[in-house]
Amino acid sequence: MMFEVAAVALFPAMFLALARAIAGPTVYDRVLAVNTFGTFTVLMIAVLGFMTDQKDFIDIALAYALINFIGTIAVLKFFAVGDFGYQQESKK
Amino acid sequence: MSTLIDLILLTLMAITAIAALQLKDLFGAVMLTGIYSLLSALWFLILDAADVSFTEAAVGAGISTVLMLGTLALTRRDEKIPSHPRILPLFVVAITGAILVYGTLDMPAFADPEAPIHTHVAPHYIEKSGEEIGVPNIVTSVLASYRGYDTLGETTVIFTACIGVLLLLGIGRRREDDES
Repeated sequence: MMFEVAAVALFPAMFLALARAIAGPTVYDRVLAVNTFGTFTVLMIAVLGFMTDQKDFIDIALAYALINFIGTIAVLKFFAVGDFGYQQESKK
Repeated sequence: MSTLIDLILLTLMAITAIAALQLKDLFGAVMLTGIYSLLSALWFLILDAADVSFTEAAVGAGISTVLMLGTLALTRRDEKIPSHPRILPLFVVAITGAILVYGTLDMPAFADPEAPIHTHVAPHYIEKSGEEIGVPNIVTSVLASYRGYDTLGETTVIFTACIGVLLLLGIGRRREDDES
């Protein structure tokens, strides 16, 4: 029962993060909203894993957390450097 | 209970997709497709397709977001508003959708045990793969052993495509004209 409550309680947070990603208005609002949404996805996978008694969902949740982190870094690097094609020091 | 979670998750996916279509700021639309990929990865996981879910999370939320941002760097960030309504594309999409729906009409019912896909080799995999291969997950044993050569070929194709894209984008090469 506890995990069902946790799963339902996660959804309003997901809706709020989605609303921020849609509304914007700045780039950083959207990047942070996507990162937060990824975190909620990781949490939801873990909660669902415990709810349906599939403990290997924890490993999948950890891999998702890594993908989420790398994706956020890539987007932010894109805004710092402008493209992905060149080393950062050659832009100076 | 799980029906409620499924419903809320699918509602979130629908909201994200419609919002990504409506946004005129293309960067916001790219971010929303990232969210959509995360949601569909979660959805695949709920449907017990962990391998598809991993692919969706890595390719959909990771690589394709980065590729679309790279495209945005070469083009404009705001969407060009079409000057006249596009009747022909709508027509083509509607016809294609109708044909696809028509194609599903003579498919066997969902979870029908007499469906051809469940009577050919699937019973063998379900009953024997544990002792033949020794991997607890049936999907993994099919991917990595029963059709191992096919998976090796797939991996080679993806590796070659990856090298080609890296060469085309010039990642790792320094810009010569900046250095004096």
